[in-house]
Amino acid sequence: MTPVIGLIEGASGNIASVRHALRRLGAETTPVHTPEQLVACNAVILPGVGNLPRVMESLRGAGFDHAICDFAASGKPLLGICVGMQALATSGSEGIGTECLNLIPGRVDQLRTTGLDRLPHIGWNDVEPRSASSLFASDTPFDAYFVHSYAFVPDDDAHATSHSTHGQRFAASVERDNVMGVQFHPEKSQRAGLALLERFLSLAA
Amino acid sequence: MLKRRLIPVVLMRSGVAVQSKGFRRYQTLGNPVTIVERLSDWCSDELIYLDITKSDRYDLGRDDLAGNNHPDPLDILEEIASRCCMPLTFGGRIRTIADAATRIERGADKVSINTGALQTPELITQIADRFGSQCVVVNIDAKRADHAWTAHCGAASARDAEAWAREAQDRGAGEILLQSIDHDGRANGYDLDLVHAVATVVTIPVIALGGVGAWAHLRQGLDAGADAVAAANIFNYSEQAVLKAKRHLFEAGANVRPPELAHIVTEAA
Repeated sequence: MTPVIGLIEGASGNIASVRHALRRLGAETTPVHTPEQLVACNAVILPGVGNLPRVMESLRGAGFDHAICDFAASGKPLLGICVGMQALATSGSEGIGTECLNLIPGRVDQLRTTGLDRLPHIGWNDVEPRSASSLFASDTPFDAYFVHSYAFVPDDDAHATSHSTHGQRFAASVERDNVMGVQFHPEKSQRAGLALLERFLSLAA
Repeated sequence: MLKRRLIPVVLMRSGVAVQSKGFRRYQTLGNPVTIVERLSDWCSDELIYLDITKSDRYDLGRDDLAGNNHPDPLDILEEIASRCCMPLTFGGRIRTIADAATRIERGADKVSINTGALQTPELITQIADRFGSQCVVVNIDAKRADHAWTAHCGAASARDAEAWAREAQDRGAGEILLQSIDHDGRANGYDLDLVHAVATVVTIPVIALGGVGAWAHLRQGLDAGADAVAAANIFNYSEQAVLKAKRHLFEAGANVRPPELAHIVTEAA
């Protein structure tokens, strides 16, 4: 049976590009508009573009906060992308401060950069995986596309599965059991990004 | 370390891709969808797609262009977004937050605003609040006037380009797309003084555009302070032009992604 890959909609931003990237890999996604739909999914992607307070507000407003935590507790793979990864943290400091899903303990703070490193951090940067893991075939560094000003600081550094550097070294991805997040955009990162998504899909099979 | 970006720009006018010279003369290149597919295959770092048509609907009146005929610019955007595995910026006639939202829903990762921002500077903040600063590119079309530059949108505005760039940043812009009207289509290189002046007054990334006629001009733009170098016309002159440009930058020691071609479509069984 083909696994159902849920794509959570409505958390603002460009969801279409994730759908298109997965389609290139031969996988159709199921748009998830209501929390109840998560139950039927074999894997779920939480994309997110924009600012964390707004994304959390829209998730909470639609009742997704508890539903996503329930889904994570089921042991099925969950992938947060960009602000979707940041939403997995405990809290964020953007704006007046935001309580997040607390699936991977940590906080989301603005990148500390010096004059030469401009913010937002926009463009292609090296991702250095710590080792092979669910999302990475090996520890070979690759280029990925980033667009963000804030970064996830996990309480337990072991939850950071790869790092990147812009002004400071930061977690480019996090993983705790079946919950994963990537700060960069695999759907925009051409070959390396598609390879990562393909590995995520294989977890759902 | 963050790489410098090389960004092809596709200009569209009434549904067809065009070349521009001095913002006044236009030459038809063809179907924008085919052009974007090619740019995607060449592993461009990003793509900027500017619709410079003055009205919302097209009357193409021709069937000789390869592919489908699209009367609606947003249909073209959607088609392009579905075929390009790279970040896509869309600009053209975005005057309200609703205009921006529609384009993002149809597949744009970022929106570029010029006239809309000059007429309603609050628009920058509105889009940034809703979609994040990284989503808002403020396009400044600058024209030299004595020892400074003025920002244009069809006609000259009263704004000084450097001051406007700074204001745009303060209002929440994530990037400045800085285009020289004087150098557009002349193939004599970027207006390096302009690039340097604006890159000095802002801390957000600056994308230089206008005037590239040789690969060496790209490196000059980076050296002048641009975080990304963009060009339009030159990428339409030869096969694998983006690859050649990137190879040139890479071999000149610029901090760019290694040149490669895409073999990214892996059809799953």
